[in-house]
Amino acid sequence: MDFKGKSIISIRDFDTEAFDRIIATARRIKKGEFAGCLMNKLLATLFFEPSTRTRLSFESAMRYLGGEVIGFSGTDYTSVKKGETLSDTIMTVSGYCDVIVIRHPVEGAARLASEISKVPVINAGDGANQHPTQTFLDLFTLSEFFPRLSDVRIGFLGDLKYGRTVHSLAYALSLFKAPMWFIAPDLLKMPAFLTDEIEENGSTTHETEDLEGVNETLDVLYVTRIQKERFGDMQEYERVAGCYRVTKKVVDILGKNIKIMHPLPRVDEIAREVDDLENALYFHQAHNGIPVRQAVLGLVLGAIR
Amino acid sequence: MKTYKVYAINDGTVIDHIPNAKALKVIDILGLENKGILTIGIGFSSRKMGRKDIIKIENKFLKKEETDKISLIAPNATINIIKNGKLTEKRKIELPAEYLNIIKCSNPNCITSKANVITRFKIVKTSPLILRCHHCERIISSGEIEIL
Repeated sequence: MDFKGKSIISIRDFDTEAFDRIIATARRIKKGEFAGCLMNKLLATLFFEPSTRTRLSFESAMRYLGGEVIGFSGTDYTSVKKGETLSDTIMTVSGYCDVIVIRHPVEGAARLASEISKVPVINAGDGANQHPTQTFLDLFTLSEFFPRLSDVRIGFLGDLKYGRTVHSLAYALSLFKAPMWFIAPDLLKMPAFLTDEIEENGSTTHETEDLEGVNETLDVLYVTRIQKERFGDMQEYERVAGCYRVTKKVVDILGKNIKIMHPLPRVDEIAREVDDLENALYFHQAHNGIPVRQAVLGLVLGAIR
Repeated sequence: MKTYKVYAINDGTVIDHIPNAKALKVIDILGLENKGILTIGIGFSSRKMGRKDIIKIENKFLKKEETDKISLIAPNATINIIKNGKLTEKRKIELPAEYLNIIKCSNPNCITSKANVITRFKIVKTSPLILRCHHCERIISSGEIEIL
């Protein structure tokens, strides 16, 4: 797949070859290759809703490779407040820069932007739908510890019904045919259509309500936040949230080689005491956002061929 | 002399076996309004369907990719192409690769629900029919399909 000029909108637009390409490029960047390759290139970050990690890591990634950044975060001081449509904003901004990164609260906004823009558009989150560079950095982090993604035995814990991160990563790993365990309360379990799709792609899947139901050794536990607002009954929320809390004791039970991942931000689903363990990968995972987003920017701008 | 409730056409397309009272929707989906002469029959007796609608479109030979657009509302329709008064082609409706501006996305937070954007749905599975919104990627099954 030639990335030059391509927009990065949905994980469904990619295959394993494309994932491998991004991983290999990020690995070379991490070793110090391609320094300054985005000199004289300009990124516009259009954040129609707030973000910490994604916006800052895209901006860092661009600057570390020698490029410049313009943009906004929140729409208070933009023409959006005057009623400008997304299409007009994109049409205008695409004449000001070489690449656009967009986060928007409405699902499908990034796809629409990519069909209007004259320059590549990178989706940094469109509502509950897609956030492809998060999946790329998850895959990259896994690849640093497991040479073959097809062999990674991964458990997903928490809110599997609404979590876009889980949906995208599970879909991507199913293209590698990795075996998966979905651990969630009935209310928050993986949507059936997605489980079917994952199995059709060649992964084996196992569903259970709690960690005790996982009878085999996992390599990775990917934890997500259980959101209070999903529950009508707060007692039910407290009970569920308590059952899905990863502590040192839980890590001990899962075995000394287990890797704990989390897309962040976390609330209290992983106890602070886990942070110091070698098993905790989540901050390392967040830091990998830089080389992975550098790889994506370099590839779509044609600076890395 | 045989009398016809709907006049025969010499050249054009006849869409037969449309479910009762769906003819106007078919015209809408195919964008045929104010585009030439149409004869519309609604509520004709049919052995197969009980009641059916029929549309005759003069001097227009609709292509397969056009008529497949009506598959959601008239899956059992038959298409007859008439040239010089003779039936030259008869075909059934098949599912198209994509539905363009025919289906409403059921996701209220989809960009197509918020802005003036043409909806696009791709077929994920045919039996049972499952579609995916091109924009928000929401899956909808046949029971949830709402025609625009």
